[in-house]
Amino acid sequence: MAAAVADARYSRRRRTNFVATALSIGAAGFGLTWLLLILVVLVVKGVGGLNLAVFTEMTPPPGAAGGLLNPIVGSLILTALAVAFGTPLGILAGTYMAEYGRYSKLTMVVRFINDILLSAPSIVIGLFVYEIMVARMGHFSAWAGAVALAILVIPVVVRTTEDMLLLVPNTLREASTALGVPRWLVIRDVAYRAARAGITTGVLLAIARITGETAPLLFTALNNQFFSWNLNAPMASLPVVIFQFALSPYSEWQQLAWTGALLITAAVLGLSILARMLASKKVLP
Amino acid sequence: MSFAIQTDVKEQTPTPAEGLEEKVAVRHLNFYYGEYRALADNNVNLYKNKVTAFIGPSGCGKSTLLRILNRIYDLYPNQRADGEVLLDGENILRPSQDVNLLRAKVGMVFQKPTPFPMTIYENIAFGVRLYEKPSKADLDARVEDALRRGAIWDEVKDKLDASGLSLSGGQQQRLCIARTVAIRPEVILLDEPCSALDPISTAKIEELIDVLKRDYTIAIVTHNMQQAARTSDYTAFMYLGELVEFDNTTQMFTNPRMERTQDYITGRFG
Repeated sequence: MAAAVADARYSRRRRTNFVATALSIGAAGFGLTWLLLILVVLVVKGVGGLNLAVFTEMTPPPGAAGGLLNPIVGSLILTALAVAFGTPLGILAGTYMAEYGRYSKLTMVVRFINDILLSAPSIVIGLFVYEIMVARMGHFSAWAGAVALAILVIPVVVRTTEDMLLLVPNTLREASTALGVPRWLVIRDVAYRAARAGITTGVLLAIARITGETAPLLFTALNNQFFSWNLNAPMASLPVVIFQFALSPYSEWQQLAWTGALLITAAVLGLSILARMLASKKVLP
Repeated sequence: MSFAIQTDVKEQTPTPAEGLEEKVAVRHLNFYYGEYRALADNNVNLYKNKVTAFIGPSGCGKSTLLRILNRIYDLYPNQRADGEVLLDGENILRPSQDVNLLRAKVGMVFQKPTPFPMTIYENIAFGVRLYEKPSKADLDARVEDALRRGAIWDEVKDKLDASGLSLSGGQQQRLCIARTVAIRPEVILLDEPCSALDPISTAKIEELIDVLKRDYTIAIVTHNMQQAARTSDYTAFMYLGELVEFDNTTQMFTNPRMERTQDYITGRFG
């Protein structure tokens, strides 16, 4: 009798389990389907245009053949500058929050504002930089673009630096302090070392985030049909070129837009995989 | 705040010991976590080249007392000590004390092994380089000497470039002792150094303590009464933030003066 009741309960639990598992697999599959569709279309349409000219020739005028050299180089320059501005600031702020100001009110305020900044629409940041740089200087420039992207980098780096440093056990700080190591050396040689993989991951994720940003660049770096090293002049970038070419009626431009989108996606995918690999290593030797 | 054994305070005064040098003298020491008074009017001595054990139930303030001796509590806001802790006659609680210098003189080994995320060699060399600029050969010699003193040289000599984290728990703890010894401190504080270790590693560390006391003054906090009896020359029994009794270990474990001490060491504590 008791056994029969127990059996009935067990089969009911199994049925519930089956339904719940099926529902969650279905939900995961639903999400993945769209992602896969996007990737497949992107590869199918983009690979066709992938040739040497893409990496060696400038963006063409309508109706002519050309490549994406100037936006590729422009994107690399803008990203490098943004990371160069944003990473040190972000790491320093995160270090203050996790190490020196762990118990202070300022840290709580900064953390709150940083979280808002983290989810701020990037077009707002583009307009902000337009207002403070482009409008005052009187022209669009690569500098303004780099600053806009840097503002996107900072909150990501602040957040991961603080989180990763907070994960470093206090016993490690105590142990090094107990050797007579001054605070700044404890942070530099022990805490940073223990958190290195995590902080690097944060920087890579920040790069992945800004690689595809279009809106902040539309108001700042704008675009440039020609190759340019001049940081005081407008500069081409992949997202803006894709935006412009994809909306155009010219088939050559549309093809280049597909190819550019494929390049960005591949770059972001590569960065994400690298970030994953670093994050899975607990501590680098 | 009332203490059950307030009337016994005069008994804290250490037995005068002939021919012993007071390396560290704790006088009327109080300690506060915020408003909470964790230590009340503690008096105890660490004698030069002797091992002093601190015993008592959990939360009685043993570790707290140890953490005052190198001012590691300074890391945390809201923690505060008053009274005197004299190291060679100088009060280390004075605000002008250089705490980094103090910590170089008073080393500490913690309950959980804490190797730094660096190679075994760097774990030792890191501390040495802070205060000295030895040549490569000298540094190599210092690292070897420290690892030998930590009784771990034979196990790691062929893999000095391996990560300190790759060692076993017992080896990590001996590495931490070696790291502390490497910067040539005068006093070594051991905060339950064996509580995370197996009996074999524990035996190794106890042997090590016996060797180390020739050159250093040692304080050890332990929950293991046998360990206190085996390793120490002097023992302090603490209860509820008070130092109930302080005497030489033989006396303490055979003929304690206080009933409470007797109850604790015979396991009749309730």
